[in-house]
Amino acid sequence: MLTVENLDLYYGDAQALSQVALSVQQGEIVAIVGANGAGKTSLIRAIAGMLKPASGRIVFKGADIAGLNSHKVCNLGLGQVAEGRQVFPSLTVSENLLVGGMTPRARARRAQNLERMLALFPRLQERLAQPAGTLSGGEQQMLAIARCLMGEPELVLFDEPSLGLSPAMAHGVLDTIVDLNRQGLTCIIVEQNVAASLEMAGRAYVLENGAITLSGAGRALLQDDRVRQAYLGM
Amino acid sequence: MSASPASPGARQTVALALFGLALVAAPFVVDRYILSIILLCLIGAYLGQAWNILMGFCGLLSLGHALYLGLGAYGAAALYVKFGIGPWLGVFVAMALAVAASFVIGWLGFRFRIEGVYFSLLTIAFAESARIGFDNWAWLGGAAGFFLPVRAEDFGQYWNLRGGPFFFYYLALALAAGGLFVSARLRASKLGHAWLAIREDAQAARALGVNVTRARFMALFVSAAMTAVGGVYLAFWGNNIFPGQIFDMAHSIDIMLGPIVGGVGTLFGPIVGSFLLVPLGEALIEALRALGLNAPGAKALVYGFLLMGIIAAAPSGVWPWLARRLRLQDREQ
Repeated sequence: MLTVENLDLYYGDAQALSQVALSVQQGEIVAIVGANGAGKTSLIRAIAGMLKPASGRIVFKGADIAGLNSHKVCNLGLGQVAEGRQVFPSLTVSENLLVGGMTPRARARRAQNLERMLALFPRLQERLAQPAGTLSGGEQQMLAIARCLMGEPELVLFDEPSLGLSPAMAHGVLDTIVDLNRQGLTCIIVEQNVAASLEMAGRAYVLENGAITLSGAGRALLQDDRVRQAYLGM
Repeated sequence: MSASPASPGARQTVALALFGLALVAAPFVVDRYILSIILLCLIGAYLGQAWNILMGFCGLLSLGHALYLGLGAYGAAALYVKFGIGPWLGVFVAMALAVAASFVIGWLGFRFRIEGVYFSLLTIAFAESARIGFDNWAWLGGAAGFFLPVRAEDFGQYWNLRGGPFFFYYLALALAAGGLFVSARLRASKLGHAWLAIREDAQAARALGVNVTRARFMALFVSAAMTAVGGVYLAFWGNNIFPGQIFDMAHSIDIMLGPIVGGVGTLFGPIVGSFLLVPLGEALIEALRALGLNAPGAKALVYGFLLMGIIAAAPSGVWPWLARRLRLQDREQ
C-alpha cells in the first residue's frame, strides 16, 4: 500500500533522513521506533506531505506522492494524527470533527461519518458543543483520531499517540488503534512506548540517526538484544 | 416570542431584531447630528466586519486595511469623475482592484512564508506605498485631494450614490447588515471552519488536509473586497478623497479598533466595538470643546487607556462579556 524508497530529507544543511526505505501492506500495523531526534517525526511528516524530501520516492497506492502538498496527500486517503494532539482548542468538538471531514474525498459523507465517529467514540457525543480545549488529554486524543478518520483515510500515520497521557489512558488509545486496525485501517505508529508499540505492530523498523538500522516482525524485535538494550532498558 | 425565558439563541435573535428596528426608525426620531454619528458607527461596524474576517476568522493580522479602502474609493471615484461610469458599476472595479492588491500581498506572504508579525509589516508597507504613490499622482489630484462634483441636478440619482443624509444613512445600515450577514454565513460555512482551524493551528489544519494557502487567499479576497466597498461609500458620501487621510495608518487602526474592543473573531464584536468607540470619540471632542481645550491627540490618549482597560478587564472583548451578562449566548461564538 505504501512504499518508501531512498528517502533523503534535509533541514537546511542538516540531514534528517538518509536513504530511508520501508513498506507497508494493506491491513498492517507498522511501528517505527527510535530515540529522540532519530527522525521519526520527520519521516511521518515527509510521508504526509508536510515536508519536502530532497530525493527518493514515496509511493502510495501506486502513485508517487513525494513532494505533493499535504491537502492532496490527505485526499488520496493518507491521514495523519500529529504529535501533541493539536485539536483546535476554541472550536467545539463538532467543529473540530467537521474540519477533519473537509477533504473532497469525504466531504459528501460528512454527516454519516460524524455519526460513525460518535458511535465509535461515545464520549465525544456528550461533548459535541463543548470547546475542544476543555476536554481531558485522553478525550482530546480520541477527538484527534476521530477528526482524522472523518477524512476517510485508508492509511493513518500516528505520531506519539500516547504522549502525555496517563498510563490507563495511553492503554485505551493504543487499544483503539488496534481496534481500528481490525476494522481494516492500515496504521503506521511512532510511539515512545516502544514495548507497547512493538507488541501491537505486525512489523517494525528501527530508526537511528535518520537511517533504518533494523527491521522485522514486532515480536521478534522485542526479543532482539540491541532493541532491548537501547529502547527497553533491559 | 417572549424574551425572558427563551434560550440564549432566541434571546439573541430578539435583541438583534430590536436593535435593527431601532436603527431603521432612528432617522424619524433623532436629529441630524445624532444620525450622522450612528452612520459613522454603522460604517465602522461594516469595516470592522471586513477586517474581522481576515484576522478574527483566519488569524491574519492586517495593519494596512486602509489600502483596500483607498483603492476602492479612488477606483470608483476616478471612474465616475473621469469617465462618467457610475459607482453601481465602479464598485465592482473597486473590489477587483482591492482583490488584485491583496493577491500581491498574499502571494508575497504565502509564497515566501512571511508569517505572523512580518505579514502585518508587509500590509503596512503596501498601504504606505499606496499613500505616497497617490500623494504624487497628479492625474488623481495628488496630495491636494480628489473631489467629486456635487451638482444639484444630480441629486436623486441614487444609483450614482447621489443623495441626501437619509439615503446615505440607510445605505450604511444596509452595508452593516450585509456585512453581518456575509460574516455569519461564512462563519458557518466549510470555508469558515477551515479559517477557524487555521487561526487556531495552521499546522494541524494542514495535517488534516485543509488547503491552508487557498483558504488564506479566500479570506484576504473577501476582506479586501468588502473593505473596498466601504471605500466607495466613503468617497461618494464625503465627495473628497485625500491620500494622506484615506491611506493613513491611523485609518487602518481605526478599522481594527472596533473589532478588537468588541471581540476579535466574534460576529457581533465589530458592531459592539464600533457603537462604543465612535460615540466615545465624539463625546470626547464635545467635552474638550466645552472645556475650551485644544488638545490634539487627546482622543488617541483616551482610546489608548480604554484599550488597556478592556484588555485587562475583558481580554476577549466587550461582546463576549456582554453576551454572558445578558445571557444572549451560551458560549463564545
